[in-house]
Amino acid sequence: MTALLLLPLLLPCALPPLARRANDRLPPVAALWAVTACAVVLAGCSLAALGLCLLTGLLELPLFAALGELIHPLRTGSDLLVLPAAAVSVGALALCAWTLARSVLRQARAFRTARTEAGRGPAAGDLCVVESVRPDAYALPGRPHRIVVTTAMLRCLDGPEREALFAHERAHNQGGHHYFLAAAELAAHCHPALRPVRDCIRLAAERAADEAAADRVGDRRLTARAIARAALAAQAEPSGRPAFAAAATAGPVPQRVRALLTGAPAPGRAGRPVAALLLVCAVVSSGASATALADVHHRVEVAQGDQRP
Amino acid sequence: MTDARDARRPAGELEASVMAALWAAGAPQTPGQVQLGLGGGLARTTVTTILTRLHDKGVVDRRRQGRGYAYFPVQDAQGLTARRMHTELDRDDDRETVLARFVAQLSPGDERILRDLLEPGDQ
Repeated sequence: MTALLLLPLLLPCALPPLARRANDRLPPVAALWAVTACAVVLAGCSLAALGLCLLTGLLELPLFAALGELIHPLRTGSDLLVLPAAAVSVGALALCAWTLARSVLRQARAFRTARTEAGRGPAAGDLCVVESVRPDAYALPGRPHRIVVTTAMLRCLDGPEREALFAHERAHNQGGHHYFLAAAELAAHCHPALRPVRDCIRLAAERAADEAAADRVGDRRLTARAIARAALAAQAEPSGRPAFAAAATAGPVPQRVRALLTGAPAPGRAGRPVAALLLVCAVVSSGASATALADVHHRVEVAQGDQRP
Repeated sequence: MTDARDARRPAGELEASVMAALWAAGAPQTPGQVQLGLGGGLARTTVTTILTRLHDKGVVDRRRQGRGYAYFPVQDAQGLTARRMHTELDRDDDRETVLARFVAQLSPGDERILRDLLEPGDQ
């Protein structure tokens, strides 16, 4: 029982290295789908495990046992373990609920702002130009989809590079990448080990858009140059954002540029083991949660006198 | 070849490209200059048609220059809306969560790696 509940709580710790490997080995779109789906399943299962811990703990207390119409004491492994586990679960679930609610509210607000503002007035196609000295560009999902680019960004790229940038942003909108980013964000709030996975999902979304853009403009080198030049220009402009500490490994931008320069990803079998491992993680986690749920349900029925032990 | 590809592109994408070229230039542009700024993918007549359409929509303005017109972007109410939206989204600490930004912040090491990667060929 305890082992079954520990499994969904510990498995998310295995996901960050797997997600990094998936980004390296799988085609970007496949990596995006596989890692996001796995992260969502693991996040849901870890919440379910916490919920079950909490439930068994509560039913140990006389008040809740009476509410649950238990006529026998609930049979659990050990009282020494169950009550502290339930107490920890309460704290963890409360924290999750708080950060999840805050994140959902913030994202909903950002989407609403984007939707209402992007739908107004005529524009040059789907392009929204913003006058700013900081090079910046992003995809704005909505009806219709828009791409927002600052004047500084337009000025640091030449004509063909701008086409690569537009193709990249349109690929984000057409691929519905904002749904993946939102799912990654929610999963990251459910389990601390899923936080680094969020960055992997972001990178996979960017890589997918890069490949689509390279395909669209028909030139990988041109796309790589556009990304590199935009990043270097954005760097030259001191921004109001706090600078992040230097990472030990190369950040996402050099990885994207390198991937574009080293040629098209070979659709091969290299990704199969990591895809299989992701699937195993998701299946084991949901299997353990389902078994634990069935187990708790059975023991509650026994305690209610509905079933023989 | 490029004309064939551009002919298949939706009109909105061509308008976006021409508008971007006008903004990038920072000064009024003739259709010929816009064509150059686009990198030569479009026929001049196409560029002229798109500029006229953008002018009809009121997103660019034009003034006489020689025998033709020079075009420049208008920062109108729509532009102001866009700016307000940009500021609002910028203020949100975690706007990266919903908005996929083109480039992320570089670490000091990244900058050197990027320059090294770009070294052969250009820059």
